[in-house]
Formats: sequence, C-alpha cells, structure tokens
Amino acid sequence: MTTETSTTEYEKYYVPEKSKLAVFATIGLILSIFGASHGLNEMTFGDGEGSWTILWVGLLFFAGTLFSWFRITIRENIAGMNSAQLKKSYVLGMFWFIFSEVMFFFAFFGTLFYVRTLVGPWLSGEGEAGRMNSLLWEGFQYSWPMATTPQEAVGGAGSQLIANNGEFHSYHKSMAFSEASAWYAWLPLWNTIILLSSSVTVHIAHLGLLDGNKKKFNIWLGLTVLLGITFVGLQALEYYEAYGHYGLTLNSGIYGSTFFMLTGFHGFHVMMGMTMLLIQWIRSVKYGHFTADDHFGFEASSWYWHFVDVVWVFLFLFVYIL
Amino acid sequence: MGDHHHGPAKGLSRWLFTTNHKDIGTMYLWFSFAMFILGGSFAMIIRAELFQPGMQLVDPLFFNQMTTLHGLVMVFGAIMPSFVGLANWMIPMMIGAPDMALPRMNNWSFWILPPAFLLLASTLFMEGGAPQAGWTFYAPLSTTYAPPSVTIFIFCIHVLGISSIMGSINIIATVMNLRAPGMTYMKMPLFVWTWLITAFLLVAVMPVLAGAVTMMLMDVHFGTSFFSAAGGGDPVLFQHVFWFFGHPEVYIIILPAFGVVSQIIPAFSRKPLFGYDSMVYATASIAFLSFIVWAHHMYTVGMPIAGELFFMYATMLIAVPTGVKVFNWISTMWRGALTFETPMLFSLGFLVLFTIGGFTGLMLSIAPADFQYHDSYFVVAHFHYVMVAGAVFSMTAAVYYWLPKWCGRMYNETMGKTHFWISFIGFNLTFFPQHFVGLAGMPRRIPDYALQFTDFNMMSSIGAFIYGSSQILFLYNVIATIVAGKPTSDEKVWDGAEGLEWTVPTPAPYHTFETPPKIDPVHAHS
Repeated sequence: MTTETSTTEYEKYYVPEKSKLAVFATIGLILSIFGASHGLNEMTFGDGEGSWTILWVGLLFFAGTLFSWFRITIRENIAGMNSAQLKKSYVLGMFWFIFSEVMFFFAFFGTLFYVRTLVGPWLSGEGEAGRMNSLLWEGFQYSWPMATTPQEAVGGAGSQLIANNGEFHSYHKSMAFSEASAWYAWLPLWNTIILLSSSVTVHIAHLGLLDGNKKKFNIWLGLTVLLGITFVGLQALEYYEAYGHYGLTLNSGIYGSTFFMLTGFHGFHVMMGMTMLLIQWIRSVKYGHFTADDHFGFEASSWYWHFVDVVWVFLFLFVYIL
Repeated sequence: MGDHHHGPAKGLSRWLFTTNHKDIGTMYLWFSFAMFILGGSFAMIIRAELFQPGMQLVDPLFFNQMTTLHGLVMVFGAIMPSFVGLANWMIPMMIGAPDMALPRMNNWSFWILPPAFLLLASTLFMEGGAPQAGWTFYAPLSTTYAPPSVTIFIFCIHVLGISSIMGSINIIATVMNLRAPGMTYMKMPLFVWTWLITAFLLVAVMPVLAGAVTMMLMDVHFGTSFFSAAGGGDPVLFQHVFWFFGHPEVYIIILPAFGVVSQIIPAFSRKPLFGYDSMVYATASIAFLSFIVWAHHMYTVGMPIAGELFFMYATMLIAVPTGVKVFNWISTMWRGALTFETPMLFSLGFLVLFTIGGFTGLMLSIAPADFQYHDSYFVVAHFHYVMVAGAVFSMTAAVYYWLPKWCGRMYNETMGKTHFWISFIGFNLTFFPQHFVGLAGMPRRIPDYALQFTDFNMMSSIGAFIYGSSQILFLYNVIATIVAGKPTSDEKVWDGAEGLEWTVPTPAPYHTFETPPKIDPVHAHS
C-alpha cells in the first residue's frame, strides 16, 4: 500500500484482481460460433446434425457471463471503487465502440452506393465496363429499386452464361414510397416518426435525471422502451408484408440483399439498444440506481440509442426514399 | 483490492484469470510466436513444393490451402498479436500507467484468439478442406466455389475482429486517459504514438472486414447476391470492401514496427530521435492516406481510368511521409556513437530491407506498370520485404531489446548476432530472387511453374529453409535467457536507452507505477 500523498486521482485507479469473466465469455463466444457455423453448414450442405443446440447453449452461456460481468461492474461502482479517471475510461470505451459500429454500417452503406451508382449502370451497358452487357446480360435494364435481375433478363438461371450460383428473382412490390397505396399506409414513415420521437423521449428522461427527478426519468425512459418495441413490431410487420405479399426476399437480387442487410442489422441494433435501455429502466425502477451525477450505464445506453436513430435517418433517406 | 497488490498467482489460473498487462502481454507474445511457427511451417510446405517445377509433394488444392492459411495465420495470428503483446507490455510502462485501462476486457481480447485459430486450423481436416481462396479470399472463390469450411472461417474472422477492436479500444483508452501527469502527447515515446494511431485504424477498418465476411455469409447461406452479377451485385465489390479494410491493415502491421525502430535506433546511436514531431505527423499522414489508396490492389480489375489515376497518385503520396521517416532514422544515426548489438542489427536490417520493400511498392503503385507486375512473384517479393523484413525483423529487434527488462536476464549476444546474420542472409536469399521471377512472368499462388524459373525458385526454397530454421535458434536463445541467462539488475540495461520503462527495476516488477511517476518537464520523449 502506498503512503504517498499525491493530490492526483491517478493512484486510485482500480485494477481488478484475477477474474474468471474473460474465460467464461470466451467459452460462450466460441461455442456460439462453433454451433452457428456448423448449423449453417448443416442447413446449406446437409452435413452433420445437432449443431444448433451448441449455438443456443453457447449464446445462453455468453449472455449469462455478460450479465454477471455487468453486475460485477455495477456493484464495483456502487461500492465506490471507480475513480473519476476509471469512469473516463468507460466513456472512452463506449465512444470508440460506437465508432466501430458506425464503420460496420459504413460497409453496407458503401455497398449500397457502389451498387446503385456503378454496378447497376455497368450491368445495363453504360460506360467502358458496360461491354459485358451484350455478352452476358443482354437486355438487362437498370432501375432502382431493381425491377428485374440480370438473371431474369436473360431468361433465368439456366440460360445465364456464367456459373449458376442461385436463383435471383424480382419482387412484385418494393418498399419505396411510390409503391405505397397512400402515405399514411407507408410504414417507414411511421417508423421514422416513432424512432425520432424516442430519441427525444430518452433525452427528456436524461434531463429529468439531471434535475434529480427520478419519477420523470422512469416515465420517459419507459416510454422510450415502448417506442422501441413499437418500432421493432412495425419492422416485423414490414418483413411479414415483404415476404408474404410483396415477394420481396433475400433472394430478390441486390435490392432485396441490400434492403434486408441494412434494415436487418439496424433492427438488430435497435433490439440491442432497447435491451440496454430496458435494463437501465429496471435498474432505476426496481433497484433505485442512478443519481444526477452518476448514471453512466444510462448515459452509454442513450448514446447507443441516438446512434441507432441516426443510422435510421440515413436508412430512411437512402433505402426508402431516394 | 487495488491497494494491496501482490505478486502473480500460482499455476494455470494466473494465466487464465489474469488482469495484469504484463501477463497478458506475455501470453500474446508466446501465442504469436506459436502462430509464427505454424504459419512458417505452411510456408515451408509451399517452398518445398516449389523447389522444382512439376508436382512433387502436395496436390494443387492442398497447395492453395497452404498459401491461404499461411497468409491468414501470419497476418492475423503472428504479426498482429505480437505487436498487441508488445503494446500490452510496454505502453503502460512507457506512459507511467498502473495497467491497461480496461484490464478484464484485455484478458478477454487475448483468450478468444487461441480457440479461434484452433478452429481455423481444424478446417484442414474437414471434408472439402480448409479455405483455399488466398488470404484475400476474393469472391466468388470464397463464396460460390468455396468448401463448407468457409463458414467456420467467416466466424473466425468475426472473432479476430472482436479481439482486435477490444484490444484497440483498450489501447486508445489507456493512452488518452492513463498518462502520468506531465506526460503530454508530444512527450510520448514514438512506440506509443504509432500504436495510438494504429488503434484508431483498427477500430475503423476491422468492422468493415466484418461487413465483408457477413456479406459472404449471406451469399453462401441465404441466397443474397452481393457478389453475384446475376442478381445485380458484383464480385469486384468484394475486392473494394476487402481492400478498404486491407490497405489500412498493412499499415496496422507496419506502424507499430516503425514505433519499435524509433525506440531502438536512438538507443544504440546514443542520440535523441531526429525529428520527433515530424515522425508523429508522418505517422498520422500515412494513416490518413491509407484510407484513400485501397484500389491500387485492383488496377487490373477493370476500373474506370479516373479511378486508376486517383488511386495511383494518392498511393505515390505515401512515399513522402514514409521518406520522412526513413531520413529521420538515418539522421538519428548521423554522428551518433553507434554500437551494433542484436536489437540494433535487426533495426538496421529493417531500415535497409523495408526501404527496398518501399521502393518496389512505389514501382507497383504505377498503374500502367502494375499491369505487368500484378499477381506475379514480384508482388510476393514486395510484400514479404515489408511484412517479414519490416514487421517481423522489428518485432525480433523488440524482443532482444526489451527481453532483459522483462526477465532480468541478458540474452547471449553471440547467438543473437548469429541469429541476425542467418536471418538476414536467409531472408534475402528467399525473397530477392522472387523479384526476378516475378518480373519475368511467374504468377503467384501456383504449385507448378515453367522450367526457366527453376534456379531462382531453388534459391528461394533454400533461403526459406535457412530463414525458417534460424527461428529455432531464436526460440532457443529466448528460452535459454529466461531459464539461465546472465542475471542483470541494471535499471537501464542499455546505456543509451531513454524512457520510463528504463526507470523501473529490472526485471520489471509485477505491478509498476502504482503511483504515477514524475515526468521530467525538460526531458522530452526518447
């Protein structure tokens, strides 16, 4: 133990003793990817069996480990082990984690832009690279959302000149605004309104917490979670419509691929953010956690929530409107 | 808990449950060396097959699995984790921090690596074999024509990405938040600077790689058409997404190496680093440029001419900050009191050979010339000069330089120098002739070749065996040092070395800087 009386906060930096968390989390993660990869191979190539069970066991184990990891962290904070400096480490960690998520979406948005501005026109014969049109995809016309896939333009998978790697068919109806029967029946608009308002409600909850008004905090945070649930519900309805009535599936060429990839991963992130906020709500309502000056668990979750909201704005613009 | 620190726990639990940056650094270093041997043995199989024209030892499918796994294991298993290990050991000691900012996550970043690589290596025994589309795994080789093991490969890449991102977030938080009072950014040792910038690169591009493999996964299993023209996608799209990750990735590998060399050359020149500020700015410039040059890997794929020109000029720009670095290292040595211990020898080897690799890179950056060089052995020679003589030589230098500080024992200098000279000769014998066969038209990634390339390929193979076996000497020297090296307790093992890590006792105690050290305000960086 040090006896030096330094005025800096540095000496109190909390370095935890040995911890089993990392090894347990590893077991969960590795079991999950083992089960998932073998399960998918079962599904596609038909070899092996029982892998999905390994996936579920792994995920359950992983979730349990994360639960106890966060519980330990929260208890350490309540016990006063976290210096202001350590809290800043958590802030930095969350910030750069969100940045990495931004880059993950950047890959898919980049894909969308590349396909729409370059690949589509090339396949239909524009520019130098368009020479392939007359050789491989004779008759293919490009429009967005892509009405007919190049494969259909040449008469199906059997008639294409390059290797057949699956059937890609078009949809009856896309998710674009022009195909909606009326503006109020267009789900993406409602989803935008819902998600944007949820960003406002979570901010009001934060303001309430800063005022020390826990009741206001609980109400508005709970409302945010409800809005999140509504969003996911409408998104599920949209997917149901797509598969059930629009003929729009993952196999619907590059439009279906990008549509489901972007909205799917966004929806998954909304569910993660919602779970995070829900946990904060339970912490506040049931355990009375959070004070006006110590509420990083909530703050980090709300940053994440704002992040999924911003991603949605881009989605709404580039996937649904433009 | 944080107050009464004691020594390490006993037995296996010390390593499994540790939160100590030195323990975790040690595990990273040993793991990366094991992967270096594994990836190296794949390379030996490749060189054995290429010793003579014609098919001798392995069938072409297996040969492709070897080139693929060699690249993946060396890049993701050997080089990257070795520098992460070095970062774990050195960054807290260099900036006066008690440990890494997020110690439990630090342990997790390490422990997911070994099982992921075990899983990846196990695909060799799967039906259909291991992935064989090359370490760049271009679609449709990695989608339409891939064996089922590609699914496992995809998830392994996800895990490696998670590990890298968590490791990088930890490094960023440590450097931004845990510097001792007075350790301003522009006083940080250059190794810390290069790692900070590398960590930013990793957080920015590993998620893009995750996106690329996720699209592969969807194409293989869920009928999407990201990389299939029949559905309106494009196989070339894969190359764009991959190289948007891949080009920053090569700087992720080389920037920490720059940092190591920038610590070692001043120490053995007994002079401060020349042009510290310009070194920092050059590193940042290289990192920025790495985001806008990716398509120089794809000149022959059929890009519009405007794209070819843009990526050509942007690529050539990188020569400027890199030149700044090379001249700074040379100027550091100018009129220094030079001595040539093993770390310095490896650093000088780095300097000379990396510069050769840089120049061949400049040749490759010229789009019209690249139409000749593309996918030839010239490219193989180029990037091995950068990866092996660049990253691996500097890593080796780092081990010799800091090993006495880590374990309190001195390595055998004669054996170290022998290791250097055998490595240097073996390396050049392996890769220098590959420039010639490449320019003469020998393509990369083939198990057989035309007769006129035989002599140079034989030289290459002999060189590879020499270089490979010299690593056994390295391993022996390191183990002999740890077990029975001459004990040393000098805080400053090297008389010319500067920096906080040389102010703590030797061997470095389990916990350093429980209270922050005082930073000499006049004396800046090393």
